[in-house]
Formats: sequence, C-alpha cells, structure tokens
Amino acid sequence: MSVESAGRPLEAKVVFYNDPRIRSLFFQLVLLALIVALFWFAYDNTVANLKKRNIAQGFGFWNVEAGFDISQTLISYSAASSYGRAFWVGLLNTLLVSGVSIVLATLLGVMIGILRLSKNWLVAKLATVYVEIFRNVPLLLILYFWYRGVLGLLPEPRDSIKLPGNIILNTRGLMMPMPVVSEAFIYPLTALVLMVVTAIGIILWAGRVQDRTGIRPKVGWLTAGLIIVVPAIVFIMAGAPLSFDIPVQGRFNASGGMTLAPEFVSLVTGLTTYTAAFIAENVRAGILAISKGQTEASQSLGLSHGQTIRLVIMPQALRVIVPLLNSEYLSLTKNSSLGVSIGYPDLVSVFTGTVLNQTGQAVEMVSVTMLVYLTLSLLTSAFMNWFNRRVALVER
Amino acid sequence: MTTSAEAHFVRQSFNEPMPPPMRTSGIIHWLRTNLFSSIINTVMTLFILFALYKIVPGLIDTLIINAVWVADDSKACVADKVGHPVGICWGFVAAHWDYFVFGQYPEKLRWRPELFFALEVIGLAWLLVQRIPRKDWGMIYFFIVFPIVGFCLLSGSETLGLSIVQTHYWGGFLVSIVIGTVGIVVSVPLGIILALGRRSHMPVARSSSVVLIEFIRGVPLITVLFMANVMFPLFVPEGWRPDSLLRVLVGVALFFSAYMAETVRGGLQAIPRGQYEAAQALGLGYWQMMIKIILPQALKIVIPGIVNNFIGLLKDTTLVAIVNIFDFLKVIEASLNDPVWRTSGMPFAGYLFAAIVYFILCYGMARYSMSVERRLATDHRH
Repeated sequence: MSVESAGRPLEAKVVFYNDPRIRSLFFQLVLLALIVALFWFAYDNTVANLKKRNIAQGFGFWNVEAGFDISQTLISYSAASSYGRAFWVGLLNTLLVSGVSIVLATLLGVMIGILRLSKNWLVAKLATVYVEIFRNVPLLLILYFWYRGVLGLLPEPRDSIKLPGNIILNTRGLMMPMPVVSEAFIYPLTALVLMVVTAIGIILWAGRVQDRTGIRPKVGWLTAGLIIVVPAIVFIMAGAPLSFDIPVQGRFNASGGMTLAPEFVSLVTGLTTYTAAFIAENVRAGILAISKGQTEASQSLGLSHGQTIRLVIMPQALRVIVPLLNSEYLSLTKNSSLGVSIGYPDLVSVFTGTVLNQTGQAVEMVSVTMLVYLTLSLLTSAFMNWFNRRVALVER
Repeated sequence: MTTSAEAHFVRQSFNEPMPPPMRTSGIIHWLRTNLFSSIINTVMTLFILFALYKIVPGLIDTLIINAVWVADDSKACVADKVGHPVGICWGFVAAHWDYFVFGQYPEKLRWRPELFFALEVIGLAWLLVQRIPRKDWGMIYFFIVFPIVGFCLLSGSETLGLSIVQTHYWGGFLVSIVIGTVGIVVSVPLGIILALGRRSHMPVARSSSVVLIEFIRGVPLITVLFMANVMFPLFVPEGWRPDSLLRVLVGVALFFSAYMAETVRGGLQAIPRGQYEAAQALGLGYWQMMIKIILPQALKIVIPGIVNNFIGLLKDTTLVAIVNIFDFLKVIEASLNDPVWRTSGMPFAGYLFAAIVYFILCYGMARYSMSVERRLATDHRH
C-alpha cells in the first residue's frame, strides 16, 4: 500500500459534501441562482410597473423634440432640438466644467502642496489651515457657500463690480473679454508651432552634445527667444489678427464679451478649492517620500538646484503622485455632478433631471448617465495608467 | 631676515572677547530660521503678517464682537434697523436650533432621538477608544444591538408602547446621523464580504464582486441616489412602496460598501501568506480561518482607512438633500426660505454653522485616524 501511494498523493475518501470542489461548485451555483433571481425579480416588476404607469420603454425618445431650454450650451441647441442633442449638451457641459476645474485644481493644489513644505513657518501653517478646512467640509456646502453665500452678495447689473482687465462681475455672472480671431491668425499660429518644434530639436541636440562632451550648450535663452519673438514678429506682420470683444457696462446688463454663468463660476470655484486641498496633500506626500539622501547625492554630483529638482526629485516624486492624482481627477469628474444642486446644466441635471421628469423613463436615463460616468472613469484611468507607466520607466 | 628676538612675541593684554555664537535655541533663533531665513522669506512673512493684520480684526468683529447672538427675526440682524454694523447673525441658528437638530420630530418625543445619540456615542467610543476593553462585545453592540434598539426608538414600536413616528417627520442633524450610522453599520460587514469575494477562488463570487465594486466606484453617488429614488420603486411589486428615506439608505449603504471593500482588500493583501498557510495547517476551515486569524489582523491595519471612509461618508450624506431628504443641510436651507428670516446675509450664518459642525466632526475623525496610524507604525518598528 505504501509502495503504491508513494508515487501519487493519497486520495482520501471523503463524503461528497465535504469535497472542497463540490462545495465550491455548490456555493457558486447558489450565488448564481440568487443573482439571476434578483435580476429577474427586478426586471419582471419593472416591466409590470412601467406597463401599469403607461411609461414608454426603449430609446425612441432620443429623436423626439425636447421642448426645454438649457442655459449654457457649447453646441447649438434650442427647445426644438431633440433629447439626444440635449444629452450631448449636458455631457459637454460636464466635460467643460471638469476639464477647467482639473487644470485649475492641479495648479492651485501643486502650489499649496509645495507651500506646505516651505521653510517659512507662517507660509507652511497657512497652507495647512487651507488644506484642513477644505478637506473636512462637505463639497456641497462649499458649493452653496460660493453660490448662495458669496455670489449672492454680488451687486445687481447696474452697479457691477469692475475688475482690472475689463472684467465685470454682477449677479448675472462673470463677463470677460472674448478673443476674436480673424483668418490671418493662422500665420502666427503656424510660426508658433514651427518654433516649438525647432526648440525641441535644439534641446535634443544640446542633450546629445552633453552626452558626447559632458558640456551642455546654453540654449535656454535661445529657445525661449525663438518661441516668443518669432511668432510675435509674424503676428505684427500679419496685421495683429487678434482682437478682444470687450464687455460694455449697460444700464440693465453688460453686453458683449464672454459671459460665464454664476453657476459655472461657483461650480468651478467650489470644485477647484475642494480638490486642490486633496491634490496638495498628494503632492506633499510624494515629495516627502523622496529621501534627503537623493538631494544630497545629486548636489555632490554637481547638479544645480534646478537640475536636482527636475532630474532627481521630480521623476521619483511623480511616481508616487501620479496614481494619487489619477483618483483625484476621477473623483473631481464624478463630483462635478453636484452641479445639479446649484442648477448648472450638466449631464445629471439635464438628463437625469429635466429629461427624466418629462419622459418618466427612469431606467433608461439613469443607466445612460451611469454608463457615461463609467466610460469617463475607465478612459481617465486608462490614460493615467499609460502616463504612469511612462513616468515609472524614466526611473528605472 | 628677521632675528630671533623679533620673532618672539609675548602678549601684554587679553584679546578682545569674541562675540557670542549664533543662538541655536530660543525665540530669536526660531524667528530667524522659520520666518526670516532669506530675503524672499522675510518679504513673504511681512506680507502675510500685513494681510493678517488687515483681515483678522475684521473677521473677529464679524464673527464674534458685532455678531448678533439673540434674534427673533431677521430685523435684529439688519444694520439699518439696529443702527450699528452687524456681523454674522448667529441668532438665526439659535432660533432654529431644535429644528436643525431634530427636524419636525414631535417635540414631546425628542427624548428618543436624544437617547439614540447617547447610545451612538457609547457604541463609537467603545469601538474607537483603545483603553475600553472587550472590543468583541463592542462590535456586537454597535453592529447588532444598537441598530435594532435605535430603530425601535426612532420610528417607534407598538409592542414596546412607543408611538410610531413616520420618517418624513425626521429631519436635520438626526437624519444625517441616521444615514451615516446605517452607512457604517451596513457597509463594514458588506464591504468585508465583497472584499473576501473579490479575493475568493470561486470565479462566480470573484467576478460578481469585481463587477459590483468597480461599477459603483465608477459612478457618482448622486446617480446612485437617483437610481435608488426613481428606479428602486420600479424594481419591487407595486404594493411595497418603499419609504423615501429607506430608498436613500439602501443607495448610500451600497455605495459605501464598495469603497469599504477596497479598503478591507488592502488589509487582506497586507497579511503575509504564512498566516493563511498556518491557519490551514491547523485544520481551520475558510470561515474559521478568516474570522479567527485573518480578519482580526487585516481590520486592525485598515482602521485608519475605514475611519477615512467614514469621513467621506459623513461629508457625502449631504448629497441626500438633492433628492429631497431633509438632512442637516436641507433643513438649514428650508429655514433660509422662511419669510421672517429672508435677508441677504443669512445664508452665511446658516452655511457657516453647518461648515463648523462638519469640520469639527470630520477633523476629529481625521486626527483620530492619524493617531491610530502613528500607533500602528510604532507597532511595526519593534
């Protein structure tokens, strides 16, 4: 017996209900049955309920005339447009507010994160106070604070606040000069692109020279000059093809220029101030994660302060910061749906709000909205993962 | 060439004493290194001091000295009517205090929510204060006994002789705390189950957990609340008519379970394989291994993460205001629409009060989570 069992494991006799494989199979079947039953239950009831309430199903509504107006539209839209068009308007508004807030929150957050590490005690403490206040208060409250508290105090159009740079601020929103571009603008734009490409080429060449000889040609001023001066000259030669439409203070409202609705301004301000606090913490954590020895080692190699930060600290700190930023950007995009509470016409407000109320097709509206956010989340994390891999490669 | 006589030199008097070395302690040194270490720093310090000098006295004036502490209506808070400048109208908060805390909960029965708050504080203290022993009983109390007792207290029960109070009378801080508590009580166990499912070897359990977790984490809470509000009634037979607060509670609990699951998964992954193998070698089955060996260690590591989730949960309970649940923020908003109190400065008072309350709760939890983190960090150092 022992001779036989030496070659292969002993197969113990177990009762079938104690066999781990059968048990696992059994549990999975039960779980599967439960899930299927749950879905079937929900589906069956939904169909019955919809029939009883006389609510249509499917996406037939997509091409039906919407019949309501939207206050902020990036693409042409009127009450005569279809529900499908309203969907795109809402989606673009969501993307616009998220994109603008992401850029501003990153700038503010990185700045505050660095200030928190300042050697100046007062500066560091002030940055800490900012972070703690905005991290520990609900975003909705911050939005209300900006929208009803601060913007509620703004004056009527007749006594608007005038800021430097022809910016007008009143209850109708923030009006600022809008750049108006004529056709000749293509020349300075082409010049700019060409010069940027040239500058990149020069920098690459300088890197190669440094690799070969150990001395880096000083090209900083040259490249900066190329990028700024040449397009400027072309711009003037083309007859300055850029003008600004400046808002003019009228009796009842300002006209002309570009008007940012108060909802948009408060939503961007709220999202930016809130998310910046989290980004600041991430940036600080990333920089603190780099040991002091790295700075000392790079200094002893003769790298300048700027080179130390650019070539030694940042590539390593980014490895910590980027995944954290990724999740901040994702939650900012999701948080932009809070615009519904202050009447910003984003996807949730337009689609899950107005369109849902008009058609009553709750299942379709909520599923489409959720799918959009899921797609945005997956796309953002795919892009950030790609970027993260690049950053990680630089280090190794 | 110098002669030897010239080379000899004998000092006739003492040297001048050298100046004392730079201080390395005391207030001067601190100022020099922390505020005036370079020209840029000095400029920044002076600028900030100037800005603080300009802002802080005005702020203290508005918030405390000129603030109106007692007011019957908005007239007491309007500068033109009182005759002197007024700051924040705290009288608005004082006048609505009961409404902010209990909503429209019947006045005679308010001892019930008060007792509920007390039981909640006992449960949280039992679980979170390290010195209090018997955490296992604490868990049973907080996750089983307290929810049942709390439910009977708040909504009433005929058999216990407590009159029924419909949920649409509940409101204010009470509702925020109820949502937060249900969120915690449901999301911790459900999150643990989802996390175990995600790490399970059974394909069906794993894939269903992954899909649920990733789906919920990919969508905003507000869409989950909309789903709970408008889709949930469609999913059940027509006669059921789920209560509007209950629908939102289901949404919030599900949403935070997914986040809790990811936090717990982090803890499970941090437990070395040897622990699993040792448990199996002792002949423990899956649930015995998890309950007796793995989870106690994993949960201990992720306490800071769980508390951080609670902070997020507490902040996000405010979103239920959007689907018309009268939580803390919504009752403040409702009283702002009260015609007696309608003036332009009033939202500041209301929102500032809410901000202070949320800040105290969230900042307190954040400090607690940091202290646990520090304690755990020293545990590892040995």
